[in-house]
Amino acid sequence: MYNGVSEFVVILVHSTSHAIRAESVLRRAGVAVKLIPTPRHLSSDCGSALRVAAGDRARCEEILRVANVPIDRFAALET
Amino acid sequence: MIYLDNAATSWPKPESVAEAMTRFLHDIGATPGRSGHRLAHAAERVRFQAREAVAELFGATDPLRVVFTINATTAINLVLFGLLAPGSHVVTTGMEHNAVMRPLRALERRGVQVSIVPCGPDGTLDPATVPHCFRPNTQLVVVNHASNVCGTVLPVREIGALARKAGIPLLVDAAQTGGAWPIDLRRDNIDLLAFSGHKGLLGPSGTGGLVFGPEFDVKRLPPLIHGGTGSRSEHEVQPDFLPDKYEAGTPNTVGLAGLAAGVRWVLERGVTCIREHEAALLGRLLDGLRAVPGVRVFGTLDVRTQTAVVAFALVGKSPDTVAQALDERFGILCRPGLHCAPLAHRTLGTAPLGTVRFSPGPFTSVDEVEQAVCAVRELAHV
Repeated sequence: MYNGVSEFVVILVHSTSHAIRAESVLRRAGVAVKLIPTPRHLSSDCGSALRVAAGDRARCEEILRVANVPIDRFAALET
Repeated sequence: MIYLDNAATSWPKPESVAEAMTRFLHDIGATPGRSGHRLAHAAERVRFQAREAVAELFGATDPLRVVFTINATTAINLVLFGLLAPGSHVVTTGMEHNAVMRPLRALERRGVQVSIVPCGPDGTLDPATVPHCFRPNTQLVVVNHASNVCGTVLPVREIGALARKAGIPLLVDAAQTGGAWPIDLRRDNIDLLAFSGHKGLLGPSGTGGLVFGPEFDVKRLPPLIHGGTGSRSEHEVQPDFLPDKYEAGTPNTVGLAGLAAGVRWVLERGVTCIREHEAALLGRLLDGLRAVPGVRVFGTLDVRTQTAVVAFALVGKSPDTVAQALDERFGILCRPGLHCAPLAHRTLGTAPLGTVRFSPGPFTSVDEVEQAVCAVRELAHV
């Protein structure tokens, strides 16, 4: 982390089923991804979100779009 | 003991099924969909493995279009009560199980019109007769893939093509064929597939579900059960996305762990291989029983058009006494009676007494079915 900007972004999804689907698709594509509890300041959902490197964002968007995995949005992971 | 009641519930299960369930209870135990801790994630992965396995088995490309219920009956009710409003019309067949007939009769009392396409005395159906029943208000065609009474397989692909041509979705009750007969949602023109987890998929009881074909728009189908999903918790209305829309309440995750292992076993063995094994057993049963004087066998009597389910009767003996004697004297476990399918029995001409049903499974041996035939021969001579 530097200059207060996180090196990670969060992929918010509608459901943990979608989170696991996204995780599976991204892992298969070789993306380093971690399941985390949904950050409360980003969503009131009580489920899970995915954390990926900020530099992988565009790549992840493309992979998830092609695989037709529904996501809510990407969000910066504030610290 | 010889277990010939696989059409009710398959048994035994692959070792891996009990192992997966034990592992889940020992090491995971948590609820998927809620919380974000490691065990909740592990539970969600288990549930997702079950989705992936079921999707692969039925040729569904998106595992999120697999939703779990506690059995096929609930999946069928979800579709029937969701799609059929008073004034609408549904087409079904003369070979249905009460999982279809009872909800349809209940809906009929609410003003749904029900047409039943008659089947032949061997349970077969000519698909060309189905469109004769179509009306402008027909909302659904619902058919069983194979009869739980006599194993007759219905031509779902042809029925699906005709329904699609008329713009009517097809719901298939695959309780008897999942894992035992090749099924591909797209090739077989199936829009909605209700499956049982504890029969040919070799999972535990308390598992089943519904698979949505790629062309079915889930916006058309409201949920049957509303409640907590772990998602959209701030809203007091049910989420509108798959799979949460139809999965309210804590799921049977330990059951799904077993189901994933069961379906994985089926995929590794191969449905074609299982089918060949069961067709060989069926052939032995059909030939053996038909050769016994005083035994009448029902159905197509053709292994190419029948699952490994054999319905028979002994002249002058009631099915329940035959089944009791098979159990007590020979250790052969089977099911007599109407098999929750009075309509199918009327079609076959076997109501009201019903039949005796032998249903071998993937773990039944040729020797066991030969012993069953010998036992029936002995009983027929008494």
